[in-house]
Amino acid sequence: MDWARTIAIARKETLQIRRDLRSLIVVLVMPVMLMSLMGYGINLDQTHVPLCTFDQEGSQQSQDLLKRFAHNKYFDLTLNARNYDEMIAAIDARQCTVGIVIPLLFSQRLREGDAVGVQAIVDGTDPNTANLVIGYAQQVTGDYSTTVAVNFMQRRGLGVVPPLSVDARTWFNEELESRNFIVPGVVAIVMAVIGTFLTSLTIAREWERGTMEQLISTPVSALEVIVGKLVPYFVIGMADAAFCVMIAIWWFEVPLRGSVLVLAGASALFMAAVLLMGFLISVVAGSQLAASQFSLLITFLPSFLLSGFAFPIDQMPLAVRLFTFLIPARYYVVILKAVFLKGSGLVANGSQFLGLTLFTTVVGTMAVRSFKKSL
Amino acid sequence: MKESFARIWQLIVKEFIQVFRDPRARFSLIAPPLVQMLIFGYAASFEVRHVTTAILDLDHSQESRELISRFWASDYFDITGNLKERSEIAGLIDRRKIALAIHIMPGFAENLRKGQTAGVQVILDGTDSNTALVALSYVGAITQRFSQEYLADHIMRTMPAVARVPSVQLMERPWFNPDLDSTWFFVPGTIGALTLTLVMTMTAFAIVREREIGTLEQIMVTPVSPAELIAGKTVPYFLIALVQLTLVALLAVFWFRVPFEGSVPVMILGSFLFIFSVLAIGLLISTISATQQQAMVTSFFFIMPAITLSGFSFPISSMPTFLQWLTYIDPLRYFEVVLRDSFLKGNGISVLWPQMVAMAVLGGVLITFASIRFHKTLD
Repeated sequence: MDWARTIAIARKETLQIRRDLRSLIVVLVMPVMLMSLMGYGINLDQTHVPLCTFDQEGSQQSQDLLKRFAHNKYFDLTLNARNYDEMIAAIDARQCTVGIVIPLLFSQRLREGDAVGVQAIVDGTDPNTANLVIGYAQQVTGDYSTTVAVNFMQRRGLGVVPPLSVDARTWFNEELESRNFIVPGVVAIVMAVIGTFLTSLTIAREWERGTMEQLISTPVSALEVIVGKLVPYFVIGMADAAFCVMIAIWWFEVPLRGSVLVLAGASALFMAAVLLMGFLISVVAGSQLAASQFSLLITFLPSFLLSGFAFPIDQMPLAVRLFTFLIPARYYVVILKAVFLKGSGLVANGSQFLGLTLFTTVVGTMAVRSFKKSL
Repeated sequence: MKESFARIWQLIVKEFIQVFRDPRARFSLIAPPLVQMLIFGYAASFEVRHVTTAILDLDHSQESRELISRFWASDYFDITGNLKERSEIAGLIDRRKIALAIHIMPGFAENLRKGQTAGVQVILDGTDSNTALVALSYVGAITQRFSQEYLADHIMRTMPAVARVPSVQLMERPWFNPDLDSTWFFVPGTIGALTLTLVMTMTAFAIVREREIGTLEQIMVTPVSPAELIAGKTVPYFLIALVQLTLVALLAVFWFRVPFEGSVPVMILGSFLFIFSVLAIGLLISTISATQQQAMVTSFFFIMPAITLSGFSFPISSMPTFLQWLTYIDPLRYFEVVLRDSFLKGNGISVLWPQMVAMAVLGGVLITFASIRFHKTLD
């Protein structure tokens, strides 16, 4: 590999990028916009779940329980239904996500020492929201139930206390804010998309316009072309990565507990992986159209769904789980989250770095091979 | 009029020949959507099961074992080991070996027997906040039940005068998806996200490609009018998208076994309007782009937020207000409602008409824009 020739190609590519200022601006502005759109848009926290109630008894005690729901920070009371049908209609029309039904004789049966059931009708269309809502509702009723039992005993002059108290300690994301969990992953998605398409188009364009033949007729080797062409994009990609990380830290206020160096190392490795992937695509595809369709196909949705950025990988079926190893964002997302929230270093993320290196090497080799073959 | 149709027909035939000439392109129209559906349908899930859990029981009593056995019995927890010391927990969580640790302190049983409150500590990895929240609510359900039962039992044993102790039980009834199966939610949603991506990548290049290669001039010297050209470009992609959507939807019903409660005509109407509105956006991008690269950048830039903000996986109601407003210009937002209501709720046109109108208006306005833009760029 001749460095002078490589640098010459890198310089030519830089000139070409500078000539097309509009695209350069887009490439630098896009990550900022995508980060803010996705960082704000992706929120799994459920704090104001619309709630409706149907109190069949209407006693002080039943209202007492319903007040606990209404005053809970997770629920917003939107409707006190007068009959069952009104409540059903509200759930059907998505006006409320959960409906609480208090049965007749609620307070009387409690006074007699019965176990009384309170119905919670939940819109299960979105199972994740439904699950969280049921959890919150159980917490409210459970606490209420304990209070009822304790009061019941006290009225009889017998003192009891709730037997169990659970003290939950959450590590790394103390407030359980979904933003802290989502935003580092968004960095990976934005970079995967930008990196792949930075290169996938440029090579395809050279083929389509016939300038690749001119380049090949010079004495440059395949490796020199690849390195020379990718270096300028690598620089742009790393600037994008720095933007994304800065937005995550200063705008979204995700705590960065680990070392910036580990983060930079992982980002460089990941950038190399996606650039090489883009190069490989453009060589295989031949036309800009095919290159762009293909890179869209294998970057955005796979990084979105299979990287573990929001959907936990260990919950997927085995076949899909194995498939995720082919997605470079998978390794990067784990590193990002660990460095940001856990503050872990190189050693704790060793296997992820290894996976990413392996991926980059394989894709790089394939890129050189297929490029040579296409000559 | 008749001649106009003949010309449009010719354009449609030309477009089809162009699309199907390349065997690789032919293949790429059918196989990727199906493969993607199969993989993504399984991948997109917020289900929380088999949470890796470690137990640190420092009490070794009958009571502590009774509580632990309830975690063993639950499907939601995978107990990976019994720890000896608290210091082990940090390393295990750091290395992602466990997501949850349950710590029972010495004196647990003694407190319970004395009628005092006994503490249980739960330590969880909050990195994945959603999994942590759901896991925490499962822990809450188990401990609450234990607590209630123990209290009743305790009163029975120590205060025989009291026959019964009252309690309030929550009986949850999830509608439309009784088992809260994540695939029922995500598989219909994926149909929309996939169709959006497919249609956008096809149409965003439709016109700009001809312009860049120079064949657009050739077409324009023929008697074909701009409106006819737009029509000739739209119809083939519309039909291809419809076939793709149908195949993917059939996969949802027959492979993933998601119940289809709604009416097929409503679903077809929604699909028509959705494809139409996405086509309009694609064509608009194609007319405002000078090169294929620009078209690609723009369509990329549209697809990512369009999917993220559509409510496909993240609830719109949890977004900040200004983003909620932005979602109104996202056709996928409306189609996701049509899809999920059709599959799970069985809602008909009486509920879904606002979504239909919104998609029709969006498509109509955008296709008009595209035609006007196209006129201008020709002059």
